[in-house]
Amino acid sequence: MEQLAPLIAATLSAGTPLLLAGIGLVVNERSGVVNLGAEGMMLIAAVAGFAVGFATGSPAAGLIAGAVAGMLFSLIFSALAIGLVTNQYATGLALTLFGAGLSAFAGLSYVGKSVPFKTTFEIPLLADIPFFGAAFFKLHPMVYFALLLTAVVAWMLARTRLGLVIRAVGESPESAHAIGYSVRAIRVGAVAFGGACCGLAGVYLSLIYTPLWVEGMVAGRGWIALALTTFATWRPWRVALGAYLFGSVTMIQFALQAEGIEIASQLLSMMPYIATIVVLALISRNPAFIRLNMPASLGKPFHP
Amino acid sequence: MIEAPARLQLEGISKRYPGVLANDRVSLRVAPGEIHGLIGENGAGKSTLMKIVYGAARPDSGEIRWNGERVQIASPAQARRLGIGMVFQHFSLFDTLTVSENVALALPGHTDRTRLAIDIRAMGDRYGLPVDPEQHVYSLSVGERQRVEIIRCLLQQPSLLIMDEPTSVLTPQAVEKLFATLHRLSEEGVAILYISHKLEEVRTLCSRATVMRGGRVTGDCDPRAETVASLSRMMIGAEPPRATGTTRTAGDELLVVEGLDMPPLEPTGKTLRTISLSVRQGEIVGIAGVSGNGQNELLALISGEDPRAPTNSIRIGATGIGALPVTARRKLGLAFVPEERLGRGAVPAMGLDLNTLLTNDSGLTRHGLISTAATTRLAQNIIERFAVKAAGTAAPAKSLSGGNLQKFTVGREIVKDPRVFVVSQPTWGVDVGAASQIRQGIVALRDAGTAVLVVSEELEELFEICDALYVIANGRLSERIPVREATVERIGELMGGTRNTGDTLAAA
Repeated sequence: MEQLAPLIAATLSAGTPLLLAGIGLVVNERSGVVNLGAEGMMLIAAVAGFAVGFATGSPAAGLIAGAVAGMLFSLIFSALAIGLVTNQYATGLALTLFGAGLSAFAGLSYVGKSVPFKTTFEIPLLADIPFFGAAFFKLHPMVYFALLLTAVVAWMLARTRLGLVIRAVGESPESAHAIGYSVRAIRVGAVAFGGACCGLAGVYLSLIYTPLWVEGMVAGRGWIALALTTFATWRPWRVALGAYLFGSVTMIQFALQAEGIEIASQLLSMMPYIATIVVLALISRNPAFIRLNMPASLGKPFHP
Repeated sequence: MIEAPARLQLEGISKRYPGVLANDRVSLRVAPGEIHGLIGENGAGKSTLMKIVYGAARPDSGEIRWNGERVQIASPAQARRLGIGMVFQHFSLFDTLTVSENVALALPGHTDRTRLAIDIRAMGDRYGLPVDPEQHVYSLSVGERQRVEIIRCLLQQPSLLIMDEPTSVLTPQAVEKLFATLHRLSEEGVAILYISHKLEEVRTLCSRATVMRGGRVTGDCDPRAETVASLSRMMIGAEPPRATGTTRTAGDELLVVEGLDMPPLEPTGKTLRTISLSVRQGEIVGIAGVSGNGQNELLALISGEDPRAPTNSIRIGATGIGALPVTARRKLGLAFVPEERLGRGAVPAMGLDLNTLLTNDSGLTRHGLISTAATTRLAQNIIERFAVKAAGTAAPAKSLSGGNLQKFTVGREIVKDPRVFVVSQPTWGVDVGAASQIRQGIVALRDAGTAVLVVSEELEELFEICDALYVIANGRLSERIPVREATVERIGELMGGTRNTGDTLAAA
């Protein structure tokens, strides 16, 4: 049992960047836009946030800078894919490649540096509860923020007019245009939100989770977040489930490797991916449910 | 007479698209409280004109006056702010959202869903348009979707209401109710622009009518003082030919459905209860009914899209086909034209030649390779025989107007000389000229000995071409009624069934 508490805490920390990015991408894709640039946006934000955090010594400034960097980077995508109606998939891929190169270049002088602030937190009183304190109440505030964000986005999509409009635009941009909504503006906004969330996820990695800057440190998490979004049928709480599931299997396989289990480590490293996809595919296999939640115009260009 | 400014006045509107002058100096005037008919064939420019009024297209020249003031209508949002509401023929609804969410999207500031659901039901009761606010639109039939469109529009309290072919999916009684509604709205001062191809309807409803042909106004009249024939001459330059066939004796039973009970595939579908019908060789049998009463479920079982029926509950001749897949049924001589021509009847992005291939494989492929020459020839043959207006055999299906695509999809099945021909809503949203060509094609097929089953919501059409009728209501089929003995009132009552009283909705 004593071993379990840190494992739970590690799971929540490891799942947080996936959850942050995944929630942003849910909003992004609910508006009918696929942005495969998630990985690139996360990388750019990771290096930009690290640079600001390093220079100012303020983690808050670093986090904000990361979110802003992710959002600005997503505007490149919007200008091309929404403004000039280029192919969304190709544009997103280009953004990822561009982000990888640019972040490596910009981050050259930060390699090997570390940030001068603490990354451990605890909630007074609650952290002293046996077991639960160590498992749930000694985490970075961003972990709780990610959960709060999930709740807010789930509520926003299901219950508010804004959510309704975003879903409508993703469902049928022609109809939304016909009844008088600005499809482009709504989509640019949704993509910007996705960019900001991916940015937060990226800077969480470089300032809090690791915390240092290494080239390519996002290590495919942007792609996993994109896959999670789809396998979770664009439902925020299912994204959270998938993100933490991924985090837990990652941690379990680390634990197993540390125990010296006789399974090839390559096989163990595959487990988080397989487990997450199998579980989400199983809970989301009802066709009517997919039909109801999938944005029908996902990835299709819209000419006003 | 002209003291007050017109609610809407169009002066010399022209709009050119590449290769076609869609509107050529069109002028039109609608006074407050006037019900103004706009009639014309497909491609006459009605849709373009309405797009301009609704802000979805900009005119190249001409001016629009709203309550006497010159306006530029730049967007649908602006049109709605002015007070222009539109009920679209091709619905602008969101499939995965519920009815009340769809309505909420069009009503600025109206966010209380419970209150909205009450308003929707109240509006539905008042105007005879029952809908369930909590249902998802994707599970609704065409007729129900139209009700949602109309309710959504009325809740915006427009001062000009544009209705594009609104009655095509309503029972005669519902049409009367709708007309009563429109009259009430017009007494309240709402101007109504009523687009229709049903000349009789325009004559009963409208006090003024503008007729368009080839992008121009060819008539501006009081339709009550005109006859159907004179209106028709203004519209197409000739009277529409009526589909008539020779009197003949029907042969053996070719399509038989017997005691078919079936729960629906979709959770929101209709359960079919002991459906029995038969269609003999050389006769046209119609199924009348308001959409959403089980037609789609029944047709899916007959066409083979839903192969769950017991083998012998559906038969072609002596062969039980209930559990056979679509292609096997097609090989037995069954041809089927679905209600949705775009997306189900034809692949939108593919050319007409390739669309021909979809349901017609004999002689068009060799060893799995497409014979381009044969497909093109067959497509060309269909285009010529049914006077389809298309830019060649390679023109994508989605580039055709509704009427022309319908002529093509019906024609594609007719040229196969099927033994059994099943067609759903053959002339939905199709203009008079094209509709009569389609009906003539169906009648010719009957005369050649095919057993034809027509599912339609247009009673006039069923009375014109059918030999016998069934009425479907709430998943049950009526007795077979020979057309000679049928009256519109009786069929209308059967169509109303239990559904139009709204009890199924109250239970939901």
